[in-house]
Amino acid sequence: MIGDYTYTEFTSILAMQGFAGLTLFSVFVLMALGLAIIFGQMGVINMAHGEFMILGAYVTYLCSQFFSEYLPSLFSIYFFFAMILAFAASFLLGMLVEWGLIRFLYRRPLDTLLATWGLSLILQQAYRSIFGAREVGVTLPDWLMGSIALTDIIEIPINGLFVMGLTILITLGVYFAMFRSTWGKSMRAVVQNRTMAGAVGINTKMVDRMTFGLGCGIAGIAGSAFTMIGSTGPTAGQLYIVDTFLIVVFGGASSLIGTIASAFSISQAQSTIEFFLSGSMAKVLTLLTVVGILMLRPQGLFTLKIRR
Amino acid sequence: MSPALFLFRKREWISFAILAFILVVVFPTLFDNFRLNLIGKYLTYSFVALGLVLCWGYGGILSLGQGIFFGLGGYCMAMFLKLEASTPEATAIQSTPGIPDFMDWNQLTSLPFWWQPFHSFTFTLFATIAVPVALAFIISVAMFKRRVGGVYFAIITQAIAAILTILIIGQQGYTGGVNGITDLRTLLGWDIRSDNARYVFYFICVALLLASLLLAQFVRVSKFGRLLIAMRDKEDRVRFSGYDVANFKIFIFCLSAALSAIGGAMFTLQVGFMSPSFVGIVPSIEMVIFCAVGGRLSIFGAVYGALLVNAAKTSLSETFPELWLFAMGGLFIAVVMVFPEGVAGLFRQHVEPLITRGISLVRIGKVRKPRPTAE
Amino acid sequence: MDVAQPKDFLLSIEGLSVSFDGFKAVNDLSLYVEENEIRVIIGPNGAGKTTVLDLICGRTRASEGSIRFRGTELTKLREHEIVHAGVGRKFQNPSIYEDLTVFENLELSFPRGRSVLGALAFRRDAEVINRVEEIAEMIFLKDHLETDAAILSHGQKQWLEIGMLLIQSPELLMLDEPVAGMSVSERIKTAELLNTIIQKHSVIVIEHDMKFVEDIAHRVTVLHQGQVLSEGSMERVKNDPKVVEVYLGH
Repeated sequence: MIGDYTYTEFTSILAMQGFAGLTLFSVFVLMALGLAIIFGQMGVINMAHGEFMILGAYVTYLCSQFFSEYLPSLFSIYFFFAMILAFAASFLLGMLVEWGLIRFLYRRPLDTLLATWGLSLILQQAYRSIFGAREVGVTLPDWLMGSIALTDIIEIPINGLFVMGLTILITLGVYFAMFRSTWGKSMRAVVQNRTMAGAVGINTKMVDRMTFGLGCGIAGIAGSAFTMIGSTGPTAGQLYIVDTFLIVVFGGASSLIGTIASAFSISQAQSTIEFFLSGSMAKVLTLLTVVGILMLRPQGLFTLKIRR
Repeated sequence: MSPALFLFRKREWISFAILAFILVVVFPTLFDNFRLNLIGKYLTYSFVALGLVLCWGYGGILSLGQGIFFGLGGYCMAMFLKLEASTPEATAIQSTPGIPDFMDWNQLTSLPFWWQPFHSFTFTLFATIAVPVALAFIISVAMFKRRVGGVYFAIITQAIAAILTILIIGQQGYTGGVNGITDLRTLLGWDIRSDNARYVFYFICVALLLASLLLAQFVRVSKFGRLLIAMRDKEDRVRFSGYDVANFKIFIFCLSAALSAIGGAMFTLQVGFMSPSFVGIVPSIEMVIFCAVGGRLSIFGAVYGALLVNAAKTSLSETFPELWLFAMGGLFIAVVMVFPEGVAGLFRQHVEPLITRGISLVRIGKVRKPRPTAE
Repeated sequence: MDVAQPKDFLLSIEGLSVSFDGFKAVNDLSLYVEENEIRVIIGPNGAGKTTVLDLICGRTRASEGSIRFRGTELTKLREHEIVHAGVGRKFQNPSIYEDLTVFENLELSFPRGRSVLGALAFRRDAEVINRVEEIAEMIFLKDHLETDAAILSHGQKQWLEIGMLLIQSPELLMLDEPVAGMSVSERIKTAELLNTIIQKHSVIVIEHDMKFVEDIAHRVTVLHQGQVLSEGSMERVKNDPKVVEVYLGH
């Protein structure tokens, strides 16, 4: 007996809590991946990242409305179209923002932070004007509803599983794009030595734009996935931005593995503590721990000793 | 040369005198008690903006958590006022009389120990500054001694602002939760909601602000001020000129926290409550825009910036609430892209040459062809 | 009595090593500098020249070895404490405060009021003004005291940074490529300046310009792959076959 629970009940609750943590982990990873690419590779702080995610969520919402209205026969697979559209929308908006704003500010990281915050306010108000202040949710196709019962007590929701699978796919995709593709090579070349990369014929400006666009596009997919587990409002993006930044910094800005590991530990810690304490105290404790560790080890979890 | 004369150059004395004249004479004659109280509220933000001019404009340290210190200063003051309003007679209907109402609603039966010292006004005045500065000290020692700065510092301060907000909202039995500490009545037996009190608070606020401006100017013109500029530009060079850079950053960050705290305490006194909505991420970053609009390198600009943005916010969000966020967002982008030195920079570029030319025209006593202003 | 007396030298570096991510930038290096000496360090790119200066001034922490300056162990001190001990460092790219005037640049380097309170209480008195003017004259910038440092020429910026070191009155000056990007006449003036400086200070210089090195050096140390390849007078080093092979032969 542990407290009021039997041993099996307790482990089951821990398992379910762990699974809830995994769903949170998925959203964190998807959000943080885009941010880590933009921050880690370009040194740009994008405070509007959450709004790019919400853009993806709204696109998905519109898709679900469209399919249920005009193409009910294809409704069961609308989500795949929605995801592609969400990526495209965020990607294009990202490129536009890079062209209109970010490219002037590469040497002024603090100013970028303020300008993108301004952008996030504008996007939030735009969403509110277009979609209303009320939160909207999508209708899930039948095959994504319900849950799989592992034991009598442990039930795993299917949509959670789907989001997790999606996260793994996208993470692998990003990994291959960054470390196996020509484009990834160009991007990393620009990060390491911009002048030299330009000299050997890489269009550094285009690489910057693509990198920023890709980071935003991944946020769009994150938003798409987000609709499956929660509803979307104009300010939902802002709720996640601080957590996501902490994840990226905690993981050691430029390390992909670090980002994933830190997203995992933070989401697991939060959902486990949530079981013992109230949700808000769980968040306070988790964030405090992260901030505390960052104060002791400012370079994050995964970094190499490099020459300054 | 007396030290006071040493502080400003002639032109700066004129700016100081004009600002003082506007705050002490023009506003009180022009506006009724209600409007004056509103301006007093805006002015509390200019303490924060002033701190940011020193810390961000001069020192290059962007804090996105000034709301933490504004809030803590305000909460310390609010705790004292709340205790004074929660006499056993006034709270006789509660199940535990003598404790603040929100504690009673949350089934607390006695005053938490850390509320006890706030019965004393002297202690409260001390804590108003000391608590925020102590937190700022801990944060800045941990960060600056390890050479964390720039965007990392900004994000960490923002995270701390978020944590503090969640904590205050979550612990409503001890803090009043999301509503904050409300229903404050008297300060040492004097009704703070009376017209008379509001009038006096406005002038106290102005006096404190002018004193803070003098203090900021003292720091700015001292070698410390030039070191801040030097550190912003070439931190390593300063270090290899024999300075312990971290100590200077810690000092300026704590000073900006202290200024914010004074603002927060004056806010509580003038507005009559304090809540987490002045602590978190959004208010904290808005405080940065007050400073940026005024001009991040101008201590007088900080005051005008806070007044302008807040006046615009009040009038716009009353009439066109939709437009306000667009305007605010546009403002953030504009101060970065178009006028990085804010109103002060625009004034220096466009208005000052006109004034100088006007004066010289009057002196010469004849009208000459306008020359193109020198770039 | 110890056999080796480290105090005989102004600076004695022994067994110094540091590695970055597995790469040994400086490998078991030993180097001794005497009082009032101009020591020039040369070597191919990546030989570890700048890293050695970084190690001495505390910018990089050594993995092993010791750096003793007048008997004080520098590896344990923080950067500003090393400056207080009497070591000044000029960086490869001129590192000056662009937003301040030449006068203010020099004034900030004046060794007084280096604490927070000291800086607040600092007054620009006659002593400061005289010293700044004296140094400005030495570095050929007397007529530019009120000029913003940002608009100085590249060579003048190099001189200003040297001046910022001189006003600290360090016993040891370390200059990383002081004549890089200078015109011929500026180089000659800089060589003159260095010759004035060594009357009171010891100097370590990193330089690639062989003509300039011959003009100023007392002794030359050739670094290669983080180790001393050869050491001695310019004449001897120039004729050392090992040096010719890795460096001068190119």
